[in-house]
Amino acid sequence: MREYIPVLLFLLVAFGFAAGTIALSSIIVPLRRNAVKNSAYECGVVPMGDARQRVAIKFYLVAVLFILFDIEAVFLYPWAVAFRQLGLYGLVEMALFIVVLFIGYVYLLKKRALEWE
Amino acid sequence: MTPVPAPQLIALDWWALGAVIALSAGAMLLLLLEFVPAKPGSSRAAVLSLLTLAISAAAVFVARDARRSIFDGMFVHDGFTVFFTLLFCAIGAVSVLLSWDYVRRTGIHHAEYYVLLLCATLGMIVMAASNDLITIFVGLELMSLGLYVLVGFRRAHLESNEAALKYFLLGAFASGFLLYGIALLYGATGTTSLTRMAAFLSESPLRGNPMFVAGGLLLLTGFAFKVAAVPFHMWTPDAYDGAPTSVTAFMSAGAKAAGFAALLRVGLTALGGMPAEWGPILSAIAILTMTVGNVTALLQTNLKRMLAYSSIAHAGYILVALVAGGRDGASAALFYLAVYSFMNLGAFGIVTMLGRGREERVLVSDLAGLGFRQPLVGLAMTVFMISLGGIPPTAGFMGKVYVFKVALGAGLVPLVIIGVLNSVVSVFYYLRVTVALYMQEPQGEPTEVSWAAPAVVALLVTLALTLWWGIQAHDLLLEAQRSVMGLL
Amino acid sequence: MIAPALFAVFAAIAVVSALSVILQRNPVTSALFLVVTFCSLAGIYLVLHAEFIGMVQVIVYAGAIMVLFLFVIMYLNLGRDIETGLQIALRRGVGWLMGFALLAAGVALFRHPWAAGPPAPPGPPVGNTQAIGLLLYSRYLFPFEVTSMLLLVAMVGVVVIARGRRAPGPAADLPPGAATGAEPRGDA
Repeated sequence: MREYIPVLLFLLVAFGFAAGTIALSSIIVPLRRNAVKNSAYECGVVPMGDARQRVAIKFYLVAVLFILFDIEAVFLYPWAVAFRQLGLYGLVEMALFIVVLFIGYVYLLKKRALEWE
Repeated sequence: MTPVPAPQLIALDWWALGAVIALSAGAMLLLLLEFVPAKPGSSRAAVLSLLTLAISAAAVFVARDARRSIFDGMFVHDGFTVFFTLLFCAIGAVSVLLSWDYVRRTGIHHAEYYVLLLCATLGMIVMAASNDLITIFVGLELMSLGLYVLVGFRRAHLESNEAALKYFLLGAFASGFLLYGIALLYGATGTTSLTRMAAFLSESPLRGNPMFVAGGLLLLTGFAFKVAAVPFHMWTPDAYDGAPTSVTAFMSAGAKAAGFAALLRVGLTALGGMPAEWGPILSAIAILTMTVGNVTALLQTNLKRMLAYSSIAHAGYILVALVAGGRDGASAALFYLAVYSFMNLGAFGIVTMLGRGREERVLVSDLAGLGFRQPLVGLAMTVFMISLGGIPPTAGFMGKVYVFKVALGAGLVPLVIIGVLNSVVSVFYYLRVTVALYMQEPQGEPTEVSWAAPAVVALLVTLALTLWWGIQAHDLLLEAQRSVMGLL
Repeated sequence: MIAPALFAVFAAIAVVSALSVILQRNPVTSALFLVVTFCSLAGIYLVLHAEFIGMVQVIVYAGAIMVLFLFVIMYLNLGRDIETGLQIALRRGVGWLMGFALLAAGVALFRHPWAAGPPAPPGPPVGNTQAIGLLLYSRYLFPFEVTSMLLLVAMVGVVVIARGRRAPGPAADLPPGAATGAEPRGDA
C-alpha cells in the first residue's frame, strides 16, 4: 500500500485545491442576483432556447472510434511492461495486431470518417 | 492454474489455422481494395469473398484427417472443427451468391457488406473451433457484431434500423449473461479451458454447487438466445423481417449453427455430455421452442416472419437431440443443422429473388400463381417447404428421423410425441405456401422474379443437397458421427 | 489493517454514487455519478492489488465509455420522463418484483457453501500488469489476435451505421426525418 501514498497526497491536493477555490470564491464574491445575470452567457448575445440541443451523429462516430483505439492502447500497456521477457515473439504478435488495426485506420481515412467538414 | 509460463516460440501448425488466416486476410484485402476504384456495379467484392471462402474451405478440407490442439487448446483442429468450418464456408458462399444481385437491386451494394459477412463467418468458425470459453466468447462477439451491422445495413429503411437496434440490445444482454456464466464457471473451476474444466470436474464433487450450476445456466441462456430458443426468441421475427433478406438467410443458418456448435462443444467436452441438471430445463425449452415456433408461424402472413418462426421451431427439434445427449444426440444435431442450413438458405434464397428493383415481395399471398408462371421457383420452393415440414423424400425428413430415433433411444417418449405433433402442425403453414404457389390467383399486380445467375446457382445447390441428403443421408450422418467422435 | 479500511471507504463511495445514478432525475448527473462509481471501483481493484484492472477501469470505463454515455444522452436530448404515472408505477412494480426475486435467489445461493475453485498461485506482491502481459501474449495469444479482427469489424460497422457516405450517386430513398445529422447513403 505504501506505493500509493504519493497518489493519495496528489488526490488530497487536487480535492483540496478545488474545494478551496470554490469556497474562497463563494466567500469573497459579492452576490447580487437578477434575471439577466442568471441567464446563460452567450458572448453578450441574448440566449435563445435551451442549451441542451441534439448533437450531430458525427460526434458518435468519433466517440466510438476513440474507444476502439483506446482499447488498442490498453492492450499495448501490459505488452510494453512484459516486452523484455516476450522478446521477438512479442514484437511479432503485437505487430500483427497493429497491422490489422492499421488497415482499419487506413480504411477510415479513405472513407473520410475522420474528417469533420 | 499453472504459474505464468515463460513465453516461448510455439511451434505453430500454420495450416491448421488456414481457414482463420484466409478469412481475416480476405476481409482486410476487401477493405484495402476500397483504394482501387472499381467500375460502378462491379462484382469484385463478391468474387473475392467467394474465393476467400473457397480457400478457407479447401485449407481445412486438405487437412481434414489431422488432429491438432494449438495455443494450449485455444484453437483445436479436429473432426468437429472441420465439419463446422466446411458448413460455415458453405453457408457463407451460398449467402454471397444470394446477395450478389440482391444487394445491387436494393441499393446496398458496398464492399463493407462482404467484409462483415466474411468476419461473421470467421467468428462462427472461431466459436466452433475453440476449447476455451474466452475464445468462444470472442468468436461469438465477432459473429454478433458483424450480424448487428448487417441487419441494419439498409440504413434508409426504418424497419432495418429497428431490427438492428432490437437485435443489438437483446444480443448485448445475452452476451452479458454468457460472460457472467463464464465468470462463474471460472470461479467454480479455476479455468476457462474446457479440457481442464473437465479434468477438474472429474475429481471434484462440484456438480451440485450453486456457483457451478448458476454459471452453467447463464451460459445456456446466452447460447439459447443466439439459437433463438423460446423464451429467448423475441428478437427473431423482427430481426429476420427487418434485415436484408440475404442477411436473414445467412444469419438464420449460420448464427444458429454456430450457437449450437459452441453449446455442443461446451456440453460434450467440459461438462461430460449435457449435465443432468440441464435435462429438465433443456426439455422444457425444447417443448416450448417447438410449440411456440410452430403455432405462431401458423398465424403469419409475411413469408419472412413465417420462416423466422419456423427457424425457431427447428431450433426446438435440435434441442430434442441435445436432450437425448451423448455422442448420438450430438451427431443427430450436427446432421440436422447441416440439413436445416441448406433448406432454410434455399427458402430464404427464393424470397431474395421475389420482386424487381427496390421492390420486395415478402407476403405469402405474393406467391399466388407463381408456381405455373415460374416453374423453377415453384418447384424449388415446394421442395424446401416439404423438407422443412419433414416429409419424405427430402433431407428434412431424414433429419427428423435421426433426431427422433436418438430421442427414442434415450427414452424420451413424451418429447418425441410432442415433436411429431409439432411437425404435423408445421405442415399446415408450409403447405399454405405451396397452395399459394399453385392454387391461388394473384390479387393485384403479380410478383416479378429477379433472375440472376449467382442466385440460381445457389438455389440449385441447395435444392440438390436437400434432395440428395433425403435419398443418401447415410454419408452425411457418418460424417457427423465421425466428427463428434473426434472431439479433442 | 489499512486495506480493509480503504476497501470500506471505496465501497461506501461506490454504493452511494451507484444509488445516486438511479435516483437522480437529470440523466447527465446520473452519468457523472456513474463516473464516481467507476473510479471507486478502480480504487477497490487497487486495494486488491489488481493494478491493471484498475487502470483499465479508469481509462476505458471512466474515460471512454462515459464519454459515449454522455454523447448518447445528448443525442437523445433526454429531458424529463415523458411516461405517464401508470407506466412508471407498473415499471416500478416490476422492478421491485425483479429486485426481490434476485435478492431471494442471492440469499438461497449464499446459504450453501460456495466451494471455491483451486487456489490461485501467489502473485507478485505488487505490479501484476507484467504477469497479465506475459499470460495475454503467450497463452491467450489467439483470442488476442481475434480481438484485433473484432475491433476491425467494429470500425467498419460504425462507419457503415453512422456515416456511410460514399461516392456521389443517385440519392437514396431516405424518408425525410428518418435520420438526423447523417447524410443519406448513396448507391455505389
